Amino acid sequence: MAKLLILGAGTAGTMAANLLRKALDATWSITVVDQDTEHLYQPGFLFIPFWMEPTRVKKDRRGFLPEGVEFVEAAIRRVDPHAREVHLADDRTLAYDWLVIATGTRPDPTLVEGMVEALAERTNVHEFYTFEGAKALKAALDGFDAGRLLVHVTEMPIKCPVAPLEFAFLVEDHYRKRRLRHRVDITYVTPLDGAFTKPVASKELGGLLTDRSIRLAADFAVERVDGKRQVLVAYDGRELPFDLLVTVPPNVGQQYVFDSGLGNESGFIPVDKHTLRSVEHERIFVLGDASDIPTSKAGSVAHFMTEQFVGNFLAAVEGRPLPHSFDGHANCFVESGRGQALLLDFNYDTEPLKGTFPAPVIGPMMLLKPARVNHLGKLAFEQIYWNLLLPGRKLPVPTEMSMAGKRVPAGQKE
Amino acid sequence: MPTNTINGRSFEVDEEGFFTDRDEWSEDLAKDLAALIGIELDEEHLAPLRFMRQDAAVTGVTPTLRRLQTVGGFDIKSLFALYPGKPAKKMSWLAGLRKPVGCV
Repeated sequence: MAKLLILGAGTAGTMAANLLRKALDATWSITVVDQDTEHLYQPGFLFIPFWMEPTRVKKDRRGFLPEGVEFVEAAIRRVDPHAREVHLADDRTLAYDWLVIATGTRPDPTLVEGMVEALAERTNVHEFYTFEGAKALKAALDGFDAGRLLVHVTEMPIKCPVAPLEFAFLVEDHYRKRRLRHRVDITYVTPLDGAFTKPVASKELGGLLTDRSIRLAADFAVERVDGKRQVLVAYDGRELPFDLLVTVPPNVGQQYVFDSGLGNESGFIPVDKHTLRSVEHERIFVLGDASDIPTSKAGSVAHFMTEQFVGNFLAAVEGRPLPHSFDGHANCFVESGRGQALLLDFNYDTEPLKGTFPAPVIGPMMLLKPARVNHLGKLAFEQIYWNLLLPGRKLPVPTEMSMAGKRVPAGQKE
Repeated sequence: MPTNTINGRSFEVDEEGFFTDRDEWSEDLAKDLAALIGIELDEEHLAPLRFMRQDAAVTGVTPTLRRLQTVGGFDIKSLFALYPGKPAKKMSWLAGLRKPVGCV
């Protein structure tokens, strides 16, 4: 009997359990470990501060795992890759032949001076990267009708790197619809040199910030949050005063990854970016946000990579050469307010470009341009996520990025 | 790819002026480049650059400020004092490395 152990029953872990249960025969046991039984639809965190009913984003994880997969509810203390064992917080030890790590990333406000204290007050400093934080932010927005609002990213990489921009557009729309926009001054604060990392997207999204009269404070490397004085202080001495701060704390890997010596300085595990196999330990694959691959930490990436991972994994267990098939494909809807959204589609080699994105039935969608159809796509994704993506059913989008419909900037090759 | 030449030495750069081949770099070249942005490269300035080059040689990517802090043991505030404004960008440019990418 061969033992496959999957750590984490989030997007990637659940998909992997479903796909591998189909791909592996009865000589394999599959066990999935997670610290709790609640699967959270994290894209919903963006909407909870505005309109989404919080209970809607929570479902029981176990309902998304197939028959023939054992679920263990326990926190993870340490992975011992040499003994091929995982030690749980309840003192149990699970042995494995192959290990899939899919425990994601978490916000860690302790890395910024003053941030933990300021967030704990739940008065004028908030975040929406946790379920509780998103709910508290809704109450804060309801009680805020004038003043300086900062939407702040501490450092990269973060989970869903477009979410803070989306929040800026949505909060702008929120106050516009309430006829309070002229009383709320919104600034987007980022450590990057523009609205986004890649040139074409940065220009388009930066243009949209300007259109919506949202200020941009770029190259802002935060040193500390001063909750008492209500200012954000940068290493270069700049200070940004606020009446309401919505921050995205640094994102890091899980504590057991640090404790097991598996991760880099941020707790992300180095892998081959095309096979997703650990660089150091050949019996470990890493899926979703937990790895160090140079693309977005996002559900769409977790989805595409998990589909491609299956082939790599089966080749590895059979001792065949790995197909190296993952291209870094990401496909992200970016809410832009006014009932519209943009769509980004890119991979390791191709930055997000303008053009159209072929989509069956409702398509084509508009790349890097606000459109109603994209917003409807984003809303529809909630049902697709629960009913198609997690169970590992085929989605109507290609796993590998396609150039169809994309406009390549003049002077560049496809 | 464009080529830059300074004091008789040429090196390939990307659209933003960052080295594309880190082997074309030397400390002397870095000193000449530093002068262009008003920095005199002394030992204190060179220490983080040397760390970045050693680190990048192993990992293949330009280290972030957090990595300079946690792995290299550098104090971020001092790096801002040494390289005012945009230390991550200035240091990777002077170290002959690619622009640090905050992954998309």
